[in-house]
Amino acid sequence: MTNHFFSDTGVLLGRSLRHIARSLDTIITTAIMPIAFMLLFVYVLGGAIQTGSGPYVNYLLPGILLITIASGISYTAYRLFMDMQSGIFERFQSMPIARSSVLWAHVLTSLVANLISLVVVVLVALLMGFRSGAGAPAWFAIVGILVLFTLALTWLAVIAGLSAKSVDGAGAFAYPLILLPFISSAFVPTATMPGPVRAFAENQPVTSIVNAIRELFAQQPVGADIWIALAWCVGILVVAYTVAMTIYRRKIA
Amino acid sequence: MTADHVQEPAIRVRGLEKSYKELHVLRGVDFDVTPGSIFALLGSNGAGKTTVVNILSTLLKADAGTATINGFDAAAQGADVRQSISLTGQFAAVDGILSGRENLVLVARLRHLKDPGAVADDLLARFSLTDAAARKVATYSGGMRRRLDIAMSLIGNPPVIFLDEPTTGLDPQARIEVWRTVKELAGRGTTVLLTTQDLDEAEELADRIAILHGGRIIVNGTLAELKRLLPPAKVEYVEKQPTLEDVFLALVGSDE
Ligand SMILES: Nc1ncnc2c1ncn2[C@@H]1O[C@H](COP(=O)(O)OP(=O)(O)OP(=O)(O)O)[C@@H](O)[C@H]1O
Ligand SMILES: [Mg+2]
Repeated sequence: MTNHFFSDTGVLLGRSLRHIARSLDTIITTAIMPIAFMLLFVYVLGGAIQTGSGPYVNYLLPGILLITIASGISYTAYRLFMDMQSGIFERFQSMPIARSSVLWAHVLTSLVANLISLVVVVLVALLMGFRSGAGAPAWFAIVGILVLFTLALTWLAVIAGLSAKSVDGAGAFAYPLILLPFISSAFVPTATMPGPVRAFAENQPVTSIVNAIRELFAQQPVGADIWIALAWCVGILVVAYTVAMTIYRRKIA
Repeated sequence: MTADHVQEPAIRVRGLEKSYKELHVLRGVDFDVTPGSIFALLGSNGAGKTTVVNILSTLLKADAGTATINGFDAAAQGADVRQSISLTGQFAAVDGILSGRENLVLVARLRHLKDPGAVADDLLARFSLTDAAARKVATYSGGMRRRLDIAMSLIGNPPVIFLDEPTTGLDPQARIEVWRTVKELAGRGTTVLLTTQDLDEAEELADRIAILHGGRIIVNGTLAELKRLLPPAKVEYVEKQPTLEDVFLALVGSDE
């Protein structure tokens, strides 16, 4: 029944979007922590951080966007876990639908929910003085990177949602991901960090993604960063997708 | 009991085995279900009834043996099997955030029916849920959830329906309501396989009753055949006491 893949995914996507529309607090909760970090760093700590010219919020925003995504995908794991818990997942799997559409609907829902949260965070950043002269192509590239990063983390969330044993477990996997930007170039330049920390910071995915987005916002030429960033995103995406699909196939017999 | 042997069974199970790690739950289960009949699978807690139902509805793979539903093999032709069946699992599988009507429309859409709204309204009326149709299912009582759950399984009129303990947790009226629905379904030619712990339920509904015990079907027959397995009834004169169910129904009223 694979010929119904798109219509089935569409119907199930509509269902999950309805869930989100009825619990808008999840969008707010997703956006509130990154916004709090942004306020804290810009108005409390930022004065002591040297990042060169330009307002600190401009420097900060890319990392904040990644934190937004990392906190948003814990709801993806949560929604998937709840579906499995409530038995509705089994109902869908026993129906004549394209079986994988159940997962894809969650993945697309995650994308939509995260994009809404990202828009909220960017609007707050604008109020706080964030400005960028980036043109359409640069914005296009930024959205592309963020979508790719969201998809990569969403498939990680699918792994967590499928294999969690409790609701708390389903969401908890996101905490390390939320902390990852702190050990990167997101808040302070890596040059200020001691040797081993700096080595880690400069070679983990967040730094290259943050740098690429920052350069795009600032209309500077993007160097190798964007390619490293893309390689990380695609790499995580492929690995997470493969693992998630393996677990999923085992689950549905 | 007339021309059973001429017809291909709607469900045919042969030598079904299933283990969860060390636990050998099914050790060679065999049975047939005649099209349009009601077949009750009895068994105590943990006997493996849900395991059988899950294998038949392609949610689980058997370790050995075959299961054929409507002529399709559960292991090899999963998509065709799913086209032929509908499952009401042991625990109501409804979406608590959506309303009752939205749940029904959702399933009708996934079954690619033409007028999902009309299908939903019809079932809401049949299951006395019209008044609660617009309410979030999270606010439903257990019995209402179960009725909605069963209604969702009827959408699309699949030829074979699995009901895993459909009346557990229902009050006597709701239970009788479900019984009526099951009889109606069989009357229209739907094959029903139901599991139950409730002997009255099996007695009331089933054309054939099988008992799953120790991983195998230990008896399989009509109610009359099963009764013949016991020593002949003794004649005793006792005052006919009303059953608790009679009392309950008399007091609460069995009109709706
Ligand atoms: N996923 C699983 N992993 C491990 N053991 C399982 C699993 N599912 C079922 N079992 C075990 O297999 C046995 C049969 O379970 P099953 O749910 O099929 O029984 P049942 O007859 O439906 O029982 P009940 O009347 O309580 O619903 C039980 O001992 C149960 O603990
Ligand atoms: Mg069971």
